[in-house]
Amino acid sequence: MRRHLLEAADLDRADATLVLDTAAQIDAALAGREVKKLPTLRGRTVVNLFYEDSTRTRISFELAAKRLSADVINFSAKGSSVSKGESLKDTALTLEAMGSDAIVVRHSASGAPHRLAHWVRGSVVNAGDGTHEHPTQALLDAYTIRHRLGRLEGVRVAVVGDVLHSRVARSNVRLLHTLGAEVTLVAPPTLLPVGVGSWPAEVSYDLDAVLPKADVVMMLRVQAERMAASYFPSAREYSRRYGLDARRMAALGDDAIVMHPGPMNRGMEIAAEVADSVRSTIVEQVGNGVSVRMAVLYLLLGGAPS
Amino acid sequence: MTVLIRGARPYGEDAADILLRDGHVAAVGGSLSAPDAEVVDAAGLVALPGLVDLHTHLREPGREDAETVETGSRAAALGGYTAVHAMANTDPVADTAGVVEQVWRLGQQAGLVDVVPVGAVTVGLRGERLAELGAMADSAARVRVFSDDGMCVADPALMRRALEYVKALDGVVAQHAEEPRLTTGAQMHEGDRSARLGLTGWPAAAEEAIIARDVLLAGHVGARLHVCHVSTAGSVEILRWAKSRGVQVTAEVTPHHLLLTDECAEGYDPVFKVNPPLRTDADVAAVRRGLAEGVIDAVATDHAPHAVEDKESEWAGARPGMLGLEQALSVVVATMVETGLLDWRGVADRMSVRPAAIGRLETHGRPLAPGEPATLLLLDPAARAVVDPAALASRSRNSPYAGRELPGRVVHTFLRGVPTVTDGKATR
Ligand SMILES: [Zn+2]
Repeated sequence: MRRHLLEAADLDRADATLVLDTAAQIDAALAGREVKKLPTLRGRTVVNLFYEDSTRTRISFELAAKRLSADVINFSAKGSSVSKGESLKDTALTLEAMGSDAIVVRHSASGAPHRLAHWVRGSVVNAGDGTHEHPTQALLDAYTIRHRLGRLEGVRVAVVGDVLHSRVARSNVRLLHTLGAEVTLVAPPTLLPVGVGSWPAEVSYDLDAVLPKADVVMMLRVQAERMAASYFPSAREYSRRYGLDARRMAALGDDAIVMHPGPMNRGMEIAAEVADSVRSTIVEQVGNGVSVRMAVLYLLLGGAPS
Repeated sequence: MTVLIRGARPYGEDAADILLRDGHVAAVGGSLSAPDAEVVDAAGLVALPGLVDLHTHLREPGREDAETVETGSRAAALGGYTAVHAMANTDPVADTAGVVEQVWRLGQQAGLVDVVPVGAVTVGLRGERLAELGAMADSAARVRVFSDDGMCVADPALMRRALEYVKALDGVVAQHAEEPRLTTGAQMHEGDRSARLGLTGWPAAAEEAIIARDVLLAGHVGARLHVCHVSTAGSVEILRWAKSRGVQVTAEVTPHHLLLTDECAEGYDPVFKVNPPLRTDADVAAVRRGLAEGVIDAVATDHAPHAVEDKESEWAGARPGMLGLEQALSVVVATMVETGLLDWRGVADRMSVRPAAIGRLETHGRPLAPGEPATLLLLDPAARAVVDPAALASRSRNSPYAGRELPGRVVHTFLRGVPTVTDGKATR
């Protein structure tokens, strides 16, 4: 493993598999335990540095660190010196001086974790940067797929929605490719980046053509505000062409699963009956997120084996 | 003051002595003698007319923490420049006779290069109504180049009027070609890399669309147009077409667009954030070829100093722009001379003669010949050095060439016979 986890490309196949296997071991170790806590990172300090509101991701990382017995500091940009104009670099040096061993950073600017990694000695974990990447989301998605389908090699994954603005899509394309899955991106052309042709993924504009062959359908959040900038004409037209409803779900193979990184726009990209169906892994993804983030922190900080 | 330059190679050709007297070149030839002269040993050095920059941000008034007219002038002289055009996007904006005269006077006081103010095209660079272009032209600063650089004159009707109006002033509109509706939030060249890095793309078409529109307008009203910092292969094609049709259009390319590509954005170091953005290998090849052929007339630095706090941040939060004055000639040597695309006469043409003509500077860009102004530089083409931002004369440190080895060292610069750089050091 490298010192930081900034993007999915930081993980080769062996590293990525190690994270998933470690998460599985952690799950097994904690299964049935009343106190869900391991002593492995006792005395270590993990800082959650969040420049963007994301309660679910912050709580997931916080829980992961605490279950490994690390000390956790939540450093939210709101109401701190950060909101008074302190630079990312000054904040980084401050956290460094406080003795943080790992900084988990969420930032609205793509590449902010890369800059941070430049200035600190500890490990940096990207918890989502702008429209760039969200590597632990991709790891938890891969973990979920492997758990449900028993493999990743050759699994056909359709990633559907606002690929252009999605850090989840970028991380998943890279990581799933590394792990041997076959990704097809499905979106209106306006929501695919110029240059998507260079990605290790197929591209389609036609969801109905892709669904029957998919083992996994991963729906991305689509913000209704995008239509103000003419990415699509209306929410209704979007969900008619690219939303996953019960009719479309019926076109899926028997074992196919439906995923969503959350938070969902029910009725927009995904119908409530799909989100709540047995195919849906949405709740499972949340739980797996904690295990995978425990595995990442454990491996990066090199905690003693329990 | 009399100076005898011994054994220099004018335009890189046969060695000759050059005698400077009373601000003029008194003689050029073999074995000159002048008992009263201060002798400069220039064996092996290439003599070129002093360089002229059409595009310099000196930041004064307003951001003296990033650069001043004086520090920028010193950087320019060290780069072999003898005249620089100071862009209008200062605070206050150079959109009145008062501001352009202030900048011009500061340049005179610094006394290292001729600081030639550029006047804003529109009031406050807001792109709404024309600034008093005539008053700036008639001022002591004698403004001939007008530009809203940093902003594009995006309104086509306003651009047409500006082009027409400056005809009466023997002026030129220098356009920062960027269709703003196509570059909202743009961070880097739109292509494979922007897609992967998750940075909002700045499409080549946003530059090319404005250039295409403007050459049509300039042709229609018979006015002079200058295109700032051409960065794409498509722009070169449009310029080639326009020139073949007789449109009075000139264009510049920056040193960084001759050397660097969007690959520099990997790692998200904002020192490489610039507007227009660094493009692809194919674009770099095209602008080099365009410059070699003369479709692009000039190298202009777009020297853009920024304070540390404006660059040491996340990419999206940083200001665009990079330093250029002190390394421009070295970059041209590396990209154009050592590659065989330009000879030294070509360098003199693209970095001195043509920019002086575009800016209507009668005493710059002149030949190295008797009777001409003694405004020239001496370059050691064999020297190579690694760029150290801490050693720069600019007040800012945002050099994209940090740590890079570049060829060529400016050893001496003379402005009207007065040394501004001696042995690689500014004289004041
Ligand atoms: Zn510009």
